[in-house]
This record gives sequence, structure tokens and C-alpha cells, in this order.
Amino acid sequence: MLKLPIYLDYSATTPVDPRVAEKMVPYLTEKFGNPASRSHAFGWEAEKAVEGAREHVAALVNADPREIIWTSGATESNNLAIKGAAHFYQSKGKHIITVKTEHKAVLDTVRELERQGFEASYLDVQENGLVDIDRFKQALRKDTIVASVMLVNNEIGVIQPVAEIGEICREKGIIFHVDAAQATGKMAIDLARLKVDLMSFSAHKTYGPKGIGALYVRRKPRVRLEPQMHGGGHERGLRSGTLPTHQIVGMGEAFRIAKAEMASENERIRCLRDKLFKGLSDIEAVEVNGDIEHRVPHNLNISFAYVEGESLIMAIKDVAVSSGSACTSASLEPSYVLRALGRSDELAHSSIRFTIGRFTTEEEVDYTIDLLHRKVTKLRELSPLWEMVKDGVDLSSVQWAAH
Amino acid sequence: MVFAPAYLDYNATTPLDPRVLEAMLPHLRERFGNASSRHEYGRHARRAIDEARQQVAAAVGAHPTEVVFTSCGSEANNLFLKGAGGCMRAGVLAISAIEHPCVREPARQLVRGGWQLREITVDAQGRLDGEDFAAALVAGAKMVSVMLANNETGAIQDVAALVMRAKPFRVWFHTDAVQALGKIPVNFRSLGVSAMTLSAHKIGGPLGAGALVIDKRVELAPLIAGGGQERGVRSGTENVAAIVGFGRACELAVSELRESARRMRRMRDRLEAGLIASGARVFSTGVERLPNTVFFALAGIDGETLVAHLDRAGFAVASGSACSSASPEPSRTLLAMGVDPVTAKGAVRVSLGRSSSDEEVERFLDALAETVTRLKQMAAIAV
Repeated sequence: MLKLPIYLDYSATTPVDPRVAEKMVPYLTEKFGNPASRSHAFGWEAEKAVEGAREHVAALVNADPREIIWTSGATESNNLAIKGAAHFYQSKGKHIITVKTEHKAVLDTVRELERQGFEASYLDVQENGLVDIDRFKQALRKDTIVASVMLVNNEIGVIQPVAEIGEICREKGIIFHVDAAQATGKMAIDLARLKVDLMSFSAHKTYGPKGIGALYVRRKPRVRLEPQMHGGGHERGLRSGTLPTHQIVGMGEAFRIAKAEMASENERIRCLRDKLFKGLSDIEAVEVNGDIEHRVPHNLNISFAYVEGESLIMAIKDVAVSSGSACTSASLEPSYVLRALGRSDELAHSSIRFTIGRFTTEEEVDYTIDLLHRKVTKLRELSPLWEMVKDGVDLSSVQWAAH
Repeated sequence: MVFAPAYLDYNATTPLDPRVLEAMLPHLRERFGNASSRHEYGRHARRAIDEARQQVAAAVGAHPTEVVFTSCGSEANNLFLKGAGGCMRAGVLAISAIEHPCVREPARQLVRGGWQLREITVDAQGRLDGEDFAAALVAGAKMVSVMLANNETGAIQDVAALVMRAKPFRVWFHTDAVQALGKIPVNFRSLGVSAMTLSAHKIGGPLGAGALVIDKRVELAPLIAGGGQERGVRSGTENVAAIVGFGRACELAVSELRESARRMRRMRDRLEAGLIASGARVFSTGVERLPNTVFFALAGIDGETLVAHLDRAGFAVASGSACSSASPEPSRTLLAMGVDPVTAKGAVRVSLGRSSSDEEVERFLDALAETVTRLKQMAAIAV
């Protein structure tokens, strides 16, 4: 029996893996010490758990555990990285480069820095969602101090060329930040090779708990940051605040599992995604958003032309999907990511993000394909636009009368 | 471990109440949605957060829309000071000389932005000096932050009275109530403050959740941008499980306050009597204190050494606050109270809680007497 609604929104958040939850529970019960307590065994035990988890997180991305700083989540990591670096290096310049399709946590942070007197360039992306390296080079200025480009886009799943961008930044002495919240466990990340200075991670996108994330801060060459939260001097002064041991343990375990299982898991997920893609491609007038090759296997973002987006979401409420990023989906504005790809507002509105994960089954994918076929057909039957298209009318040639 | 050590460091963190854990577990399992998602999974998460917000608000007599969830108390303190400070022209900022580092350090950061920081002195009992406080107001303080109860001595400030005195001046009054909640009645309205910091893990709730309760008239710039959660004041995917735990812990802390305070006070009084009998100097006994906290020093005994021996004997206590216990500096609170550095360095904090028992207190006093005798013998041999 299928349990409805089917969860196909793994990029919004993932369930905590039961193995992760199991590891967390002892730290919610008997092992409850404050890791900063240095005077007794309760504190030491907690501190040991925190350090063990730090090693697991570092191992997934081939970093040194001393390069991992705990935060409350990727949003905080992005804020700390970008503001922290911009503030620390502001004597060197005031220009920041980022991309129009970044997550709000990056865009809003850069906007805030603009209000403080920094200057920013927001790069366009190509129609496939990828950053054009030449455009990136052209955007560089003498006073560019920070660049921030995400590894995997949250809405369309495309993988940005951060290796190349990293080379350019390193050569120019620009601090390079990468938001990898959507990448961990979905693709290999090797920070020993990538010339990335700062990288943000989230636990709850990789089967860990909410409320915990990390920021990678490179040691060689050393990257400096201005802390954004002050107090007891935790995390080597970069982030004060009592460490939530159970959440940290959860993130460590989630990242350990990701490292161990991601190769086989991603193959399975790719098969399911391809099946979903193939199944939905049968529907007329559908279009994939974003490059299908340079993309994590979990994501399928599809536009169903001539179907009104809200009606579609309502019609398929047996599958939990998203029509933009979760953080902005409370507003009915069309996705700014899809608009950056050059999609019209109508097409952006009729787009659905399907994200597949560890617990998705083939049966669920089959159900989804069938449901979409039925509902899209039904909605189009009600659509006068679709009728015109079927009659051979070129909609772009139609002069709409205002009323 | 052969035996369960007695945990007597509740002011550092508290064990999670099993009833709180029960409330949290579904959100670590099947109820995993992102509260910003519009589908059923998301809506469940949103509802759970709304309910927790009501619980937290009700516990401190505030309106749910006045509660901003954060990742911890430190963040809430940072959010108030930098967030409100960032929306005003720089001026005078006054904090007490005994604030927790997560108030003192952000306050110092504001100095870089042109603010003038005044530390209001305290008397020998750890109570705010009224004249110095008045002087700070006269000097034109725009923001004041005075903790409701001190984490080390447990001394309670008469914040309501201070707020009354500050009324004629235009000032945002913040209080860090992290140590007070669940130990004494805490009411946002009757205190009259503009902002108040709370933390879940000090009241039997989980690590990873705190709150800033804030009067909506206070303009606040976010510390963490992007996504617009918490009405734009604090972005980031909500930590649903911890927030739910925080809500439940608040509810329990308030409904059981009277009984648990009475119980803790009885044990604390017994503990204190024993300590005084053995020659200890107990701090802040002359003022209203939290019912669970004893901060003491024994002449000629080093606090670090004593705490280490007590740990081996199976008693978890602290020499100063957890955050600063990494550095063997003398207690700032005691220094501010005029205690000499040697005594201040020797101070030990015992803080009781839900799992503490009379029997534990007796065992602790015995173990302390034994340890002190041994340390004195060792000292005598060393000489």
C-alpha cells in the first residue's frame, strides 16, 4: 500500500535517517552534557562526540576536521562566510560577485552588504542554468574580494563549474565561497583539490536533523573571517553559542552514511529519476528546466506548459512537491531561478520540482507518473489556451485585448 | 562507568525532560517536513512551530508574535544588541558588569560601530549599583542590558524596578532571562522590558533552541538573512524538533515551577548550611537568589583542583560558567563584586535541578569534606 502523500521534495528537507535518529537519542537522554563544560565527565563525553562528528563531516568533503565550524544551518553558514569574509577583507576592496540563481541566503546576505557600502555583481546564467566562465571573468574587478557560487542549485539541481571558478579566484586572490547545502551526499566533493576557501553545509538536506550546519574554513592558505556571533568564544571564536550535541552527532552520522553509501544510492536514485523523466516526457509540451547532464541525479524540474501552476499543485496534492524553493514558496511570485533561465512567468508558474531521495520507491515514481498524466490532461482539457494550441494557433502571434 | 555520577551543574545545561523528548521524537521521525513547504508535510511542521510559539509566549506572559526563535540564547542576545543597535544611531549602551560573555562580547562589537559602552558596577552581593545605573541613564543610554539572574551566583536583579527607573528615559531595556526561567516567575509584561532572552536547554529542553521575546516597537535588523523566516528577523529552516521541545519544556517549567522551586530551595539550603559549617564562603547570600544555585569558595583551596577531585569522586560541578571554564581565569562576576582574585579563582558552583535529591546533597557534603581534608594534607606535605 502506498502511503500518501508521496514525498518527492527531498531538496526542501529530508527525513532523518533512522540510523541517525538512533545515534542522536543517547545525547538527548543520558549523555546530555554541555560540550563546553571542562570540569566533569558529562562535558568531556559531549565534547568527544562533537569532535567525532566533526571528523565525519570533514571526511565526506576531504577536509581537515579543524576546518569545520558548526553553525545552526546552511543559512547561517552562508551569512557567516560572506559577511565574515567581506568584513575581514574590506580593506582590500569592496566588490562581491555572485549569481542570480543563488539561494536567498546568499542573495539577501549580499544585498545587506550592498546596503553597508559594498558593491555587488549578480551574474546571469546561461539558458541551461550554468554560469558562463567567460562572463565570470569579465565580471572580475581589481577590488573584487569575495565570490560566491553554489555547487548545486536547489531548484533545478544543476552543478556549477566551481572547480574552474576556484582556479580563477585563487589566482586573483579572491575569497571563494561555495554553498554546498544541496550537494553533500549527491556528488563527490574533494576540498583537497577544489580551490574553494569557504563551503556551507546543511545536515537536514542529507538525512540529518534540522538546526545544524557547518562552514568549511580553509586553513592552507588560511582564510580569515570576522565572526558574526559573539560570546563564549566557541568554535575557535568564529561562532559563539552552546553546541547542540545531539544535532551535531546527527549531522556527523548523516555525513558518515552519505560517504559510505552515496555511490550506490545515487545510482538507484538516478534510475528512479530517469524513469520519472521518461514517464513524464510522454506528456505533450513539457520541458526540463536546467541542464540535464550537469545535474545531480535527484532533481527533475519540469514545466507543464498551458497548465496553471497553482491548479496543478492542487490537483496533484497526493505528491508532496515544490513549485519554487521552499523558502520562498509562500509567495506566489514565479521562481526567480526559472526566470533567470529565460522562462516566461507563465512557464515558471507551471513548473514543478520533483526531488527524489533515499526512501523513494519505484512504486511511488510509477504512481506519480500516472497521476501527472491524468491531471495534466484534465487541466488542459479545461484550458482555452491549450485548445488554441491544438488548433494550430501560434500563441505568440495572438494580440490579447486588455479589458 | 561503575556508578552514575551526580550531576550538579544544571546552570551549564540540564538533562532533557523525558516528556519533552516524547514531544520531540515524532519530529525527528515521520514529521520531518520543512515548515516553509506548502504541502502536508510542511503544514504539519508549521503548525507544530505555531503551537510551540504559543507555549513559549504563554510561559512568560508575552504574545506569540513577540517570540522570535533562534538557535540558542547566545544568538538571541547577539540579535538584540546588534539587531537593535544596528537600527539606531550609535550612542551609549549600558550593561551590567556581570553579564554573560554573549552579552558582553556583542556589546563590545558595537563599540567598533561607534557605541560607547558603560559597564554598570555591582555591589559586594552582586546587585546592580543604583547610582551607577542612574548615571548611565543620565548619560543618555539608548540600550540597557541587565541579566535577570546571574549564572554563577544566582543573584537576582530587580529588573522591574530598574525598568521603572528607566521609564522617563528613552531606552530599550533588555534582560537575559536564560538562568531565571523555570527557577523563578518570569513575566515579560510585569518586568516591563522591551526584550528578553530565553534558552531551552537550561529548563529541561533541548540544546539548539532559544528565543528573543521582543516588543514590536523595537526595530531589529536580522543577524542572519535569507529566506525570511521568523518574520524576516531570523532566516534559516526552522529547527522544528528543538522548537517543539522548547515549547513543551516551557509549559512544564511554568506548571511545575512552584513545587520544583520549593524542592530545590530546601536542598540548596541544606547544602549551603553544610558548606558554611565547613568554613566555606558562600557568595550573594544577602540578596534574592535562584533557588538552585550555590557559589562558594574555601580558603586555601584552588577551585580547579577541587572540581577535578570532585569529578573523580562522582560529582559534576563547575568552577565558573561552562563557556568560560576553558580558561582558568578568576570568575568575572566575583571580581566585579570586589572579591579578591585568589578567592575568585577558587570558587565552585553547584547548581541543582530536577534529578537532584537530598541524598545526593548529603553525599556531596561528605565527599567535599573528605576531598578538602585530603587536599589540605597534600598541601601540608608539599610545604
